[in-house]
Amino acid sequence: MTRKRRRLYLLGLFLLGLGTATALALAAFRDNLVFFYSPSDLARLAVAGDRAVRIGGLVEQGSVERRAGSIEIRFRVTDLQNTLPVVYAGILPDLFREGQGIVAQGRLGPDGVFRASEVLAKHDENYMPPEVAAALKRSGHWQETAGKPK
Amino acid sequence: MIPEIGHFALILALVIALVQASVPLLGAARGDPVLMNLARPAALAQFGFIAIAFACLMQAYVVSDFSVLNVAQNSHSTVPLLYKVTGVWSNHEGSMVLWVLILGLFGAAVAAFGDNLPMSLRARVLSVQAMIGAAFLAFILFTSNPFLRLDPPPIDGRDVNPLLQDPGLAFHPPFLYFGYVGLSTTFSFAVAALIEGRVDPAWARWVRPWTLAAWSSLTLGIALGSWWAYYELGWGGFWFWDPVENSSFMPWLVATALLHSAIVAEKRDALKSWTVLLALIAFALSLIGTFLVRSGVLTSVHAFAVDPARGLFILLILVIGIGGSLALYAVRAPLLKAGGLFAPISREGALVLNNLLLSTATATVFLGTLYPLILDALDAGKVSVGAPYFNATFVPLMVPLVAAAAIGPLLGWKRGDLAGALQRLKFAAAFTAVVVLATLYLKYGGPTLALVGIGLAAWLAAATAIELAERIKLFRVPLPEALRRAANLPRAAWGMTLAHAGLAVVITGITATQAWQVERIALVRPGDVLELAGYRFAFRGVVDVPGPNYAAKRGTFEVTYDGRPIAVLTPERRFYPVQGTTTTEAAIHTTWLADLYAVIGEPEASGPGNAPGAAPRGAGDPGWIARLYYNPLVPWIWIGAVIMFVGGLVSLSDRRHRIGAPARGRRQAAAQPAASD
Repeated sequence: MTRKRRRLYLLGLFLLGLGTATALALAAFRDNLVFFYSPSDLARLAVAGDRAVRIGGLVEQGSVERRAGSIEIRFRVTDLQNTLPVVYAGILPDLFREGQGIVAQGRLGPDGVFRASEVLAKHDENYMPPEVAAALKRSGHWQETAGKPK
Repeated sequence: MIPEIGHFALILALVIALVQASVPLLGAARGDPVLMNLARPAALAQFGFIAIAFACLMQAYVVSDFSVLNVAQNSHSTVPLLYKVTGVWSNHEGSMVLWVLILGLFGAAVAAFGDNLPMSLRARVLSVQAMIGAAFLAFILFTSNPFLRLDPPPIDGRDVNPLLQDPGLAFHPPFLYFGYVGLSTTFSFAVAALIEGRVDPAWARWVRPWTLAAWSSLTLGIALGSWWAYYELGWGGFWFWDPVENSSFMPWLVATALLHSAIVAEKRDALKSWTVLLALIAFALSLIGTFLVRSGVLTSVHAFAVDPARGLFILLILVIGIGGSLALYAVRAPLLKAGGLFAPISREGALVLNNLLLSTATATVFLGTLYPLILDALDAGKVSVGAPYFNATFVPLMVPLVAAAAIGPLLGWKRGDLAGALQRLKFAAAFTAVVVLATLYLKYGGPTLALVGIGLAAWLAAATAIELAERIKLFRVPLPEALRRAANLPRAAWGMTLAHAGLAVVITGITATQAWQVERIALVRPGDVLELAGYRFAFRGVVDVPGPNYAAKRGTFEVTYDGRPIAVLTPERRFYPVQGTTTTEAAIHTTWLADLYAVIGEPEASGPGNAPGAAPRGAGDPGWIARLYYNPLVPWIWIGAVIMFVGGLVSLSDRRHRIGAPARGRRQAAAQPAASD
C-alpha cells in the first residue's frame, strides 16, 4: 500500500471517529445539560418541572426542618432576595449547615417546592460554589472584600 | 530559622533552574560540551535544594511551628503524626512544593540515569524540564509561598481538613502528582526531539520508561482517589465524573494512548510525529488539570479556596507552555519523515485504532469538563454536565476499544490476519458466551448494557490468556518447557498481559456495581432490621466514642445472611471540634465478591434550627437516618487497577530499558533520520 493510500485510510478513520464522537456528544448534550438557576431566577422565569436543574444559594438560617419518623428534610435556599423551599430525602453532606452555600440538583414541583435528588456542599468551608457567588452578586448581597456574604 | 532556610533553598532552586533552562540549551545549539554538561549537576542541585525546602516545610509541620502561616492554617497540635506529615500536601501551597519536588526528582533521574542519551538530547531535555521547574518555582515564590511567617504566632493551628485525615487520601496526592508530573519528562523529551528535529526508534525507547513510570503512578493515584471517594464521601459511588476527577483522568487516557503509539514508533519507526504530539498533549492536560483544580473556576468537591492571582499565573504558564510547544510542533513536525508502512489490519493498525478511540474519548471528556466554563465565559448561562453525558459518550467509545484490545496483540506487524486471529480466539468467544449466559441466568432482567460489559471483560480476559498461552506454547510443549518460556518472556510482554487482564477486572467491577448496586435509605431505631440483597442488617443503636482529635457517634449493625453472622458494621459520624465540622465514616465489609456498606446520618427530628453538625440531644430513643448499600464486585475495580499498576512496573523493569537502546548511529542507517540539521 502506498503512503498516500495509507494516509487516506487514516484520515477516513480519523473523520469517522470524530464524527461518531461529535454525534454522541451532541446527543448527550441535548439530554444531559443541567442548567443552574438562583431562587430569583426561578421566581422570575417559568422553568419546566420535567427537567432536572440545579439551584444554589445559602441555606436560610433557621429553616432546616426534620419531621419525626421521616427521612425527609426541608429547608429553604436563599439568594437574600428570594427564597426557595427544598425537600430532600436522605443523608445531607457533612458540610451542609445553615448559612452555608450549597448547590442542589433536582426538579421543581408544581407546588413550587424543589425536590432535590442530590445536595452538594464542599470540602472547604471557605469555598463558595461559583454559581452561588454569582447568584449572590446578582442579587446585590455579595461583599467583595470579605469574599463572603453577611 | 528553619523555615527561612527552606525559603532560601527554594529561591536557590529557582536560580539554578533558570541557569539550567538556558545555558545547556545554548550549549546544545553551539555544540559546546562544557555548557551542555552543566545540565546534569544543575538538575541534581535543583532537586537537592527543593528537597531541602520540602524537608524544612515538613519539619515545621511535624513540630507544629505555628509561627508559619501555612502550618497554622492547616495543622493542629492534636493531629496524629501521620496527618501532620501528610498535612504538608493537604493544602495548596504545600502541594505545590510537592509538585516541584517530584518535577525536580524526575529531572534528577534523567540526569543520573541518562548515560545512554546523546549529550545534546540530554542537555535539551534537562533544559526543558528546568523551564517547567522555573515557572512553577516562581509560581510558588510569588503567589503561594508556604514559608510566610505569622507574628504573633497563634496558640494552636486551624486543623487539617477532617475529610483529608485519612490514609487513602494521604497517599493519593503523591502518586497522582508522580503521574502528572512524570508526564513532564515525556514532554521534555518531545520538545527536545522537536528542537533536534529527529525522532527515531531509539528516542521512542528512551521515552518509554518515563511514560511507564508516570502512567503506573497515575493509575494508582486515580485508583486511590476513587477508593477514598468511595469509602469517605459516603455516597457508595466510586467515580462521579467530577471536573477534578476528569482532569486527572484525561492525562491518563492520553498517557495510555502514548504508551501504545510509542510501541509503534519504537518497533516500526512509524507514527512518530503523532507520538510526539501525544507526549505534548499528555502534559498539557496535566497543566490544564492543575489550572482547573487550583484556580477554582469549576464547581467541584475537590476545589480549594480561590485566589484569582494564582489562577492567572497558572493560566499564563499554561498559555506559554502549551502554546509554545504546539507552535514548535507546527514548525518542526513536518521534518519528521514518516517511517514504515503497514496495512490497516495489522498490529500497527490495531494500535492506531486504540489511539483514535482513546483520543476521541479524551476529547469527549474534555468537552464535557470545559463546556460549562466556555458557556459561562460567553455569559450564556450556568450549566453543569453530569455523569449521564459522560456515560453516554465515553462508554460507547470504550466498547470497541476493549473488543479490539483483545484482538490486537494477536495480529502480526505490518500485515495481520484478522480471520486467523479470530480463529485463534474461538475459545475466548466460547468463554464469553458462557459467561454472558451465566450472568443472564444469575441476574435475569438486569440492564442489557451490563451483559455487554461483562461479556467484554470476559472476552478481553480470555483473549489475553490465550495470547500468553500461545507465546509460551502452553499445552503444545511439556509443562516445564512452557514454564521456562514463561520465565524467559520479556518483562514488557508480561506487563501488557497484566495490564490488559487488570483492565478486564476493572470493567467487571464497574459493570457489576453500576448495574446491580442495591441502595436503601431508612430511618432506623435500635432493634430494627433492614433487608438488602438477602442480607439482614440489625440495628443495635448508637454510642458515643471518643477519638484522638474528634468525638464520634458510632452506630452498630449486625449483618446476617440466612441466619449466619457475616459482619458487624460500625459506621460513624465524627465531630471535629477544632474546625467544627462533621465527617461521615462509612463502614464497609467486603466479601471480595461484594461490599456491604453502611452509613449513618443525623438523628431524626433534631428540631428546627439545629445545625446537623451539632450533636443533638433527643429524648427517648431517636431514630437515625441510615443508608445501606450492597455493591457487587466493587472491590474488583481497585484490584484491577492494582494489577494494571503492577503490569506497568513489570514492564518498567524490562532489561531493554536498563541496558539502553542500541547505539543511535547503528540504528540510524535503517531509521531514516528525518533531520535536515
